[in-house]
Amino acid sequence: MPEKTMRDAINEALHQAMEQDDSVFVIGEDVAGCNGSAGDVGSVGGVFGVTSGIYNRWPDRCVDTPISESAIVGAAAGAALVGMRPVAEIMFADFIGVCMDQIVNQMAKFRYMFGGKSRCPAVIRFSAGGGFSAAGQHSQAMYQVMTSFPGLKVVVPSNAYDAKGLLLTAIQDDDPVLFFEPKVLYQETAEVPDEMYTIPFGQANFVREGDDVTVVAFGQMVPKAAAAIDALAAEGISCDLIDPRTTSPLDEAAILESIGATGRLVVVDEAPPRCGLTADIAGLAADKAFSSLKGPIKQVCAPHSPTPFSPELEAAYLPDADKITAAIKATLA
Amino acid sequence: MSISKESLLHAYRTMKTIREFEERVHAEIMNGQIPGFTHLYTGQEANAVGVCAHLDESDTIISTHRGHGHCIAKGADVSGMMKELFGSSEGLCKGKGGSMHVADIDKGILGANGIVAGGPPISVGSALAAKIRKNGKVAVSFSGDGSVNQGTCFEAMNMAVVLQVPAVFVIENNYYSEHTHIDYAVGCNDLKARTEAFGFPVFVADGADFFAVHEAAGKAIAHARAGNGPAGVFAEQGRYHGHFVGDPQSYRGEGELEDLRENHDPLKVFRQHMATSGDLSEAELDAIDAEVMAEIEHSVVDAKAAARPTPDQVTADVYIQYGATA
Repeated sequence: MPEKTMRDAINEALHQAMEQDDSVFVIGEDVAGCNGSAGDVGSVGGVFGVTSGIYNRWPDRCVDTPISESAIVGAAAGAALVGMRPVAEIMFADFIGVCMDQIVNQMAKFRYMFGGKSRCPAVIRFSAGGGFSAAGQHSQAMYQVMTSFPGLKVVVPSNAYDAKGLLLTAIQDDDPVLFFEPKVLYQETAEVPDEMYTIPFGQANFVREGDDVTVVAFGQMVPKAAAAIDALAAEGISCDLIDPRTTSPLDEAAILESIGATGRLVVVDEAPPRCGLTADIAGLAADKAFSSLKGPIKQVCAPHSPTPFSPELEAAYLPDADKITAAIKATLA
Repeated sequence: MSISKESLLHAYRTMKTIREFEERVHAEIMNGQIPGFTHLYTGQEANAVGVCAHLDESDTIISTHRGHGHCIAKGADVSGMMKELFGSSEGLCKGKGGSMHVADIDKGILGANGIVAGGPPISVGSALAAKIRKNGKVAVSFSGDGSVNQGTCFEAMNMAVVLQVPAVFVIENNYYSEHTHIDYAVGCNDLKARTEAFGFPVFVADGADFFAVHEAAGKAIAHARAGNGPAGVFAEQGRYHGHFVGDPQSYRGEGELEDLRENHDPLKVFRQHMATSGDLSEAELDAIDAEVMAEIEHSVVDAKAAARPTPDQVTADVYIQYGATA
């Protein structure tokens, strides 16, 4: 099976969805690029190159916009309400701060407020997360915030294979979907089939299987947790590593089943701790698996601080394999 | 522009329906029968009806918090709306939306909207869909003089020009954004010129006069429908009620409301036109009045008798499908 980067896997999913269904279109800042300039229109394909080549094949369905995040999300929501399947790109998840109303007060609530009589099959893609020394306004995960809003589905792929299958599911889904792409993973490769395939929402992936500790990790924390767990095998410690893949819906059953078997839980996310996914999963375990737990739950996440710029500071800020290892050992102490 | 007798009858009936709907809703709120926050459109009927006269069901509108009039003008079921305002599960939105979220997608009503200027970006999306599909449809967004100061409105207007989509921006100046006058809140003294500076034509109308709005909206909608990009309508007309029902309206000048009701009443102005032209007789108009009064009375009786929602419906319709999709 061919190896592809996560960027190429997402790009391939977009091309295949566009080819299959002419109601699919992409919209965002520089998704084509160079409009109105001396350069070749379409030569940018998004700042991370994820929409590369789409304009060249479907110029009418590759819509470059001004820097207007509210209008981008609103346009996607409105087009979806009348039957299109837009895939909008918001360059950085942090820019949700600019367009949050259109996401949480508009597209998330149409169906409910309209008594179940509307569909809003829009996908909003974001680059997300830290690791680029991009500082406080270009490094946030944000998916943990958006998970709290009913009406939205929230996807966080951790590898190229999942990214393609989950994006194709997202585009076919009739509810609004937020799709967060950990940007440090764009260049990471995995085996990715050429043909179209989908991965169901709400179905966690068991990345590793073991007996001693349940580790739940999200997005770019999944490969870090896998590295920690693989190293611990030499010490005779084996762990379940669960990648929920979608934070809404969440595969509670998989997590609870694993805790039932191991009795120990470590939850890993790159976002700060308050009202985040690690607390959410810890709460789930305390509520529904308390009698299975053999000791305290450990949360591994960023501190209650903005993301710093300096590489040394960001390395200290983000969870890494060492912190995950320490947490796993702490549950066994 | 000549308007058929059938269209004139429909226009008057629709304006009268909006008027009586709103006045009855006001009364029912004061009686404690309708919960929540409600914003009435009374006095501005000619705007909604003059614009929507040019639209068919597959053209879209998106409205505001003051949305009852727009929805009725676009064809929303009056009885379903009344039930919705009463919070019945038989309401147009099953009692999930209420006054600020009346919607009927099948009739091209993309919703009233509780967020000021929440609508224009969404309307640009509907217009973009029309452009991609090349189906000749237009997307109309209604905004007030308060809404046009929101960044989302600026973004939507600029993007509509950049993308050359058939979006029509209807700006209804009722002089007050909540409790603050336009002379304070719009920093320049010429809102029409400011809007046109985005790069599209804006057609001005007296918002008390259905025929003026009809003509201006006709030009704007024809411009957009012909593929010339967005256009605007700017109509001035005060509202008869407060920002919300219960607003003490301390911002009103002496005699202001009386002047509005006496000298700027779209229904009276329409009747004056008919008296001059002879297109519709007084008897025909009176008959419509009686029919509308009966329809509104009927809708209230039905709404009061309609089924109430049950707690099991709280979590219905959040998603089309949620949970594992194996």
